Amino acid sequence: MKKFTFEEKIDTRSGFGVGLVEAGRLNSNVVALCADLIGSLKMGDFIKEFPDRFFQVGIAEANMIGLAAGLTIGGKIPYTGTFANFSTGRVFDQIRQSVSYSEKNVKICASHAGLTLGEDGATHQILEDIGMMKMLPHMVVINPCDFNQTKAATIAIANHYGPVYLRFGRPAVPNFTPKDQKFEIGKALLLNEGADVSIFATGHMVWEAIKAGEILEQKGIDAEIINIHTIKPLDTAAILKSVQKTKCAVSAEEHQVSGGLGESIAQVLSRNYPLPLEIVAVNDSFGESGTPDQLMEKYGLTANDIVKAAMKVVERKAAMKTLSV
Amino acid sequence: MLIENVEKTTTVEELKKIASQVRRDIVRMVHCCSSGHPGGSLGCADYLVALYFREMKHNTQFTMDGINEDLFFLSNGHISPLWYSVLSRAGYFPASELGTFRKLNSRLQGHPATEEKLPGIRIASGSLGQGLSVAVGAAQAKKLNKDNRLVYVLMGDGEQQEGQVWEALMYAAHHKVDNVIAAVDYNGQQIDGPCDKVMSLGDLKAKYESFGWKVLECAEGNKMEVITETLQKAKSLTGQGKPIAILLKTEMGYGVDYMMGSHKWHGAAPNDEQLAKALAQLEETLGDY
Repeated sequence: MKKFTFEEKIDTRSGFGVGLVEAGRLNSNVVALCADLIGSLKMGDFIKEFPDRFFQVGIAEANMIGLAAGLTIGGKIPYTGTFANFSTGRVFDQIRQSVSYSEKNVKICASHAGLTLGEDGATHQILEDIGMMKMLPHMVVINPCDFNQTKAATIAIANHYGPVYLRFGRPAVPNFTPKDQKFEIGKALLLNEGADVSIFATGHMVWEAIKAGEILEQKGIDAEIINIHTIKPLDTAAILKSVQKTKCAVSAEEHQVSGGLGESIAQVLSRNYPLPLEIVAVNDSFGESGTPDQLMEKYGLTANDIVKAAMKVVERKAAMKTLSV
Repeated sequence: MLIENVEKTTTVEELKKIASQVRRDIVRMVHCCSSGHPGGSLGCADYLVALYFREMKHNTQFTMDGINEDLFFLSNGHISPLWYSVLSRAGYFPASELGTFRKLNSRLQGHPATEEKLPGIRIASGSLGQGLSVAVGAAQAKKLNKDNRLVYVLMGDGEQQEGQVWEALMYAAHHKVDNVIAAVDYNGQQIDGPCDKVMSLGDLKAKYESFGWKVLECAEGNKMEVITETLQKAKSLTGQGKPIAILLKTEMGYGVDYMMGSHKWHGAAPNDEQLAKALAQLEETLGDY
């Protein structure tokens, strides 16, 4: 197993803040909107550098999505910023009609996604956003894993014409991917080559997958670990290439089991190459208040949960072999 | 004042003739597919004809960004037959295409859409309450681009019941978006009956004013002279720090006697006999498609 190290833990939303400034420097059409969460979204530096290109919307997310759609008419590239819950569930119809169906070049940037929002509880911990966004035609769905990757993704989406949902989070997490990486939408990243099981992880769960790989190695299981930072369009070629070697798979995400990455992978496998798959995700329930670590443990989203799922699919694979013999 | 050189090339008499043809198009379109919304379409025909044939500067060689053009957004997308007729008669696409309205593989969707690339449409609408936000965003893009043309948007009065409208009203005043002219089709009717019975709008003028808008009342929204006068007044008030609203008193179904004064023709199409009766009241001025 390849060794992964990091110098510091830092939140992915800070990667968005830094990336937004950089995107603004690279393209004068980049503008930003925020619904009363400048500090949480780390948009302060963009506002300082480009005050005329920032629009405070107040607590009115539906209007923010409509404004962003309108700003694209005239060539602007609007980045909207609020929590993931208010970026999606609250404004689904606005996104559907004014952004997605209308093919507008809006970048919906969503922080505090998932359980790791923590103490605020289930009202704010959206676990359905990936599902809602991936169902929309034309929409690209991205969930980067750390600060460096979130920064790179924030810069890269300005160069993709069309609606994008960019999902990131609140807590400080290991920053382990390369500093000035190039972000390619829709391109899965092979982190560790392995022969026994494919682990496909997205967002905060990528680091958990790496930790799981280390534990599995001690148990004699050689895990292939792939970072699926783009859930739509999904890199089906990379997924199929990996499972054709390992013959079983685990997916890991900070999201409901319904509508998430695991479901997308299940669709790819069932249509192309049916194999045992275990999905590490929240199992049809809401979250609750607690620290991020406590919540990830209670709802089964840790390295150990990935290990258990990996051992299970390896067993299922072996059972299938026995059956076929 | 942002606008100085409006070309008044079309006379009021000519506008009235165009409006008559547009009304013929509307009833024929909804009859042809046995669906659609003739009531509001007929009611707003004069206003849209005045905009597209006289008051707006626009280019029928359509570009999505519409730089250095006035833009129009239809928020109450269900009156699409009117918009399609006006766009085609203004030269955006052949009038013959009006016969495809609401049919399979048409660019003329039931509600306006962009996927089929119909020239003149910049955003999908139909789910109500979203158009004002879009128009205000487009108006702010114009300001960033140092483009001093205007953005027009039309909403329904029933649509004012959507909360997003009020979010956008608050925003536009706060950010001094004074290059937008928003009209409300104030016909007092919605699907389930008179607005006053379904959900009273109260004093709409006072509400808009208290949100920081400059409000003009157009008491005769089906009279071309009054409409053009109101629009010129509205344009003269742009660029003064406040967004502009026009409360456009129209009559639903205007121009077809049996469709007037009732919400019954909001979303119903005439049969063959009713069509003939309607067309007998509307002069064919530009040639039927």
